[in-house]
Amino acid sequence: MEHETASVTQRDAATDLVLSARGLGKTVTGADGDLTILDDVTFDVSRGETLAVVGPSGAGKSTLLALLAGLDTPSRGDVTLDGVSLTGLDEDGRAKVRAGRVGFVFQSFHLIPALTAIENVMMPLELAGERQARKVATEILTDVGLGERLRHYPAQLSGGEKQRVAIARAFASRPALLFADEPTGNLDTGTGENIERLLFDLNQRHDATLILVTHDQGLAQRCSRRLAIEGGRLARDERG
Amino acid sequence: MGTWRFALNGLWRELRSGELVVLMAALVVAVGSITAISFLTDRIGKAVARQASEVLAADLRVGSGRELDPDWLARGEAAGLDTAQALNFPSVVFAGDQRVLVNLKAVSTRYPLRGELRLAPKLFGTPAAARGAPPSGTAYADAAMLARLGVDAGDTIEVGRLTLEVDSVLVYRPDQSPGFTALAPTLLVNIRDIEASGLLAEGSRVRYTQLYAGSEADVAAFGAALREEDVEGVRIEDEAAAGTQLASAISRAGRFLSLASLVSLILAAVAVAMSARRYAERRLDSAALMKTFGAPQALVLRVGLVHLMAVGVVASLIGTALGFAAERGLSALLTGWLRGDLPQPGWEPALPGMITALVLMAGFALPSLFQLRDTPPLRVLRNDIAPPPPAAWLTWGLALATLALLVWWAVRDTTLLTVIIGGTVITAAVLYGAGRLLVGGLSRLRGNVGVSWRYGLANVARRGQNSAIQVVAFGLGLMVLLLLTLVRNDLLSGWRATVDESAPNQFLINIQPEERDSIGGIFSEAGLGDVVFTPLVRGRITAVNDTAADDWSSPAGEGTRRLGREINLSWSATLDPSNEVVDGQFWGADYSGAPQVSVDEDTAQELGVGIGDTLSFDFAGVPITAEITSLRRIDWDSFKPNFFMVLSPAGMAELPQTYITSLYIPETTNGVLLTLVREHPSVSVIDIEAALAQVRGIIDKASLAVQYVFLFTLAAGLVVLFAAIQSTLDERRYESALLRTFGATRGTILAGILAEFSALGLLAGACAATGATAIGIVAARELFDLELGVNPVLWFAGLVAGLVMVGASGTLAARSAADTPPVRTLRRG
Repeated sequence: MEHETASVTQRDAATDLVLSARGLGKTVTGADGDLTILDDVTFDVSRGETLAVVGPSGAGKSTLLALLAGLDTPSRGDVTLDGVSLTGLDEDGRAKVRAGRVGFVFQSFHLIPALTAIENVMMPLELAGERQARKVATEILTDVGLGERLRHYPAQLSGGEKQRVAIARAFASRPALLFADEPTGNLDTGTGENIERLLFDLNQRHDATLILVTHDQGLAQRCSRRLAIEGGRLARDERG
Repeated sequence: MGTWRFALNGLWRELRSGELVVLMAALVVAVGSITAISFLTDRIGKAVARQASEVLAADLRVGSGRELDPDWLARGEAAGLDTAQALNFPSVVFAGDQRVLVNLKAVSTRYPLRGELRLAPKLFGTPAAARGAPPSGTAYADAAMLARLGVDAGDTIEVGRLTLEVDSVLVYRPDQSPGFTALAPTLLVNIRDIEASGLLAEGSRVRYTQLYAGSEADVAAFGAALREEDVEGVRIEDEAAAGTQLASAISRAGRFLSLASLVSLILAAVAVAMSARRYAERRLDSAALMKTFGAPQALVLRVGLVHLMAVGVVASLIGTALGFAAERGLSALLTGWLRGDLPQPGWEPALPGMITALVLMAGFALPSLFQLRDTPPLRVLRNDIAPPPPAAWLTWGLALATLALLVWWAVRDTTLLTVIIGGTVITAAVLYGAGRLLVGGLSRLRGNVGVSWRYGLANVARRGQNSAIQVVAFGLGLMVLLLLTLVRNDLLSGWRATVDESAPNQFLINIQPEERDSIGGIFSEAGLGDVVFTPLVRGRITAVNDTAADDWSSPAGEGTRRLGREINLSWSATLDPSNEVVDGQFWGADYSGAPQVSVDEDTAQELGVGIGDTLSFDFAGVPITAEITSLRRIDWDSFKPNFFMVLSPAGMAELPQTYITSLYIPETTNGVLLTLVREHPSVSVIDIEAALAQVRGIIDKASLAVQYVFLFTLAAGLVVLFAAIQSTLDERRYESALLRTFGATRGTILAGILAEFSALGLLAGACAATGATAIGIVAARELFDLELGVNPVLWFAGLVAGLVMVGASGTLAARSAADTPPVRTLRRG
């Protein structure tokens, strides 16, 4: 009986775990020799958590985000994303893991200027093979308050509207995990707060896990957990 | 997911954004130029094919410079074949005081045995099919001939002692050359009238022909029997041989024009490479984003491929339409040079253009797509991260291989391919080096000019590589155009200037020995002085030293051909001043020993013979062996009767001979020719002035056609310019925004842009004028034996053309950089 309970607990824990980093490190070779940007970072993220990665400029926050999302490969250690280890996967293999599982929101929005708002949102849906891409994109854009702006190009939208499109795009494929890199960094305070609310609201409704990198203490405080990176190492892991 | 759907979704946006316009324009130019040439050669080829079966006007044609055995005709008829005969020779036709040299063709009643004549009742009338020789006392005449004489059907003309009525206008005869015309127009007469004309005399330059037609087996058997007899100097042609010969002549002409269009193709390729690189650079962010959202590398590559291939297909269609229209212009330019009406082209010529577009894309755009495929997804977080540039071997190897493939396709000759590729690489390297030097030299001027010019010149120098490529692209196009317009005129007028004002303008041939006194009398009565008659005999070389001519191998193929043919020779005791002995010694005026021969130095080289060798001749059955005792250099520009081979005079008077002479007849005493031709109808008068005018006309049309093809080169040059501007437009916008922030007016920035492209245009013009001058000087020396000076007009034209074309179009294309509001650009940056 005891044995059975332990087994269930182990399984639940495994199911709960959406991301895990083990001994993660990144060293680059520059003109002045080797430079370690990130060293021996280990932590787990459970499903539904909201996690802020904070720290001074150059601490290694963005590098950590890139490694967690499989956009870059670590020099040491391993990342397991939604149960799949990224170690040993080539670029296409990592892309496959991301497809439909992972959403992104960037500081500079990264909308494709040649595509309309709805086409930008449809892009990851189509990549994930969603047949109802246009319908889903219309719904979520209406949800973020841009129902009237479906056919506008990024150049015709304000900064806040662009970030709404980007958020809609990130949630459209119902990802298990959402990465956000300074999502309010390019916005004024009022707009930033609106975007913040939208981000957390959608995250809750979609039951996604949110990992964001930010300088903004206010934003970090809204998260259930904060990882402080200093000098490439994990300095603190605070909850609550 | 469906790559196609995903790719096509984005395609329309890509097309509408205008990003791919330059790429498309480059392909349109390349496809247009290739297709125009393909359509033209297809139409000519079709004309050849249409006529191949009737090109002989018979199934079998037997021809010779000597009278043919009449027994053969009887044998042919006995074998169940239809027969006809024809003879043709140059002659002069008169109408009033107008005269024109024609190819007189006398035919028997059943001519043509195959194919039909097309005759029009009046000049420019509607032609109808007809068969048979013109009725005795009448003639069918070429429109060109009638136009020159100022007469029409129904009028009378004179040839020799005959007065003929022009029955109809001869629009087409089956045995005319379907490609490029012979110099003289044709006059078709009845063979029965020839005897009365007095045009034929011993030694006349007549070509005798017998025509046979019948069932394939009968013709083949009869042809084989004639060939077996192996009569010297007789040529037996059947359909297959004639068709092949024509087809290869046409394909050579087509290949030459294709070569001209290759220059535009190479420039278009540069533009394709430049705009594909820009396409890829502009899409790096999107590619990184696609990968971030889970797109595999292959998908990124496929989307790019679909976009570029779609552009290729659209451009091919537009280019094909352009090529089709351009061919209409080209064939209109060549009217009169190409005979007969050309058949409509088929759809096949559209293929080479389309294939060219796809091959160009594959060879010049693919490396950029590979780069796009390799974009790291990390770029979404760090904008400075770019994919590694494609490997140099891939870019250059693919480009060179593509180029080689396209050139080989155009020329189908490995040696020529090596020469062209080598030549292109070397020329481009030299021009590029010169371009870089000039561009570098400009930066020294920067200290001494105003702010706009300094900004403009700084831009030229900073984008050194792009600037040099533009100088090369435009320099090349302009150079060819300058060469074909100004330098050609310089060469021709320079050559004309070397010809003495009183140099002979008329050649008289076919003069019988007994006519000399009478003809001399006619000219001295007209106050034209004494006439010198030069003897002419026709013969063949049968042996060189003791080796039979057939077994003698000469270093140049041309020499071997000369050995088999009948050639014209003369004899003389003295040497005309237009000859210079370059080796050996010319026999003395009173030499009467064993036969000697003096040979033109180039001919000797072709035959592989020299002083001390012996040549054996056969003059209508009379054998003569002569030792080569001197080699001569002949000044052909003297327009005096000259011969490749001249024999010592002893014993030659016995040979069957005619005489020729040349003299200057001023326009005012032109009537003397009429008297001459009436009294001596068998003498042919060749008007050198008219012949030269015809040659000039042909050169004009040929160079016009080549110039027309090179318009595509200029268009390709413009596309390269636009591609280069497009690739720097973002940078220009950013800089102009900065400058405007610091207080520069829009005018100042525009002036800077104007300065930049004017400088480039002047450099391209200077390159073009230098190149055209250099090639002109070499051509003058090698081809015309002239010293050509530097023509200031050429330089003026080159610089102005460069300034206007590059300066104006460059400024127009780049002006949007000055128009963008600075705040928008800086915010974006």
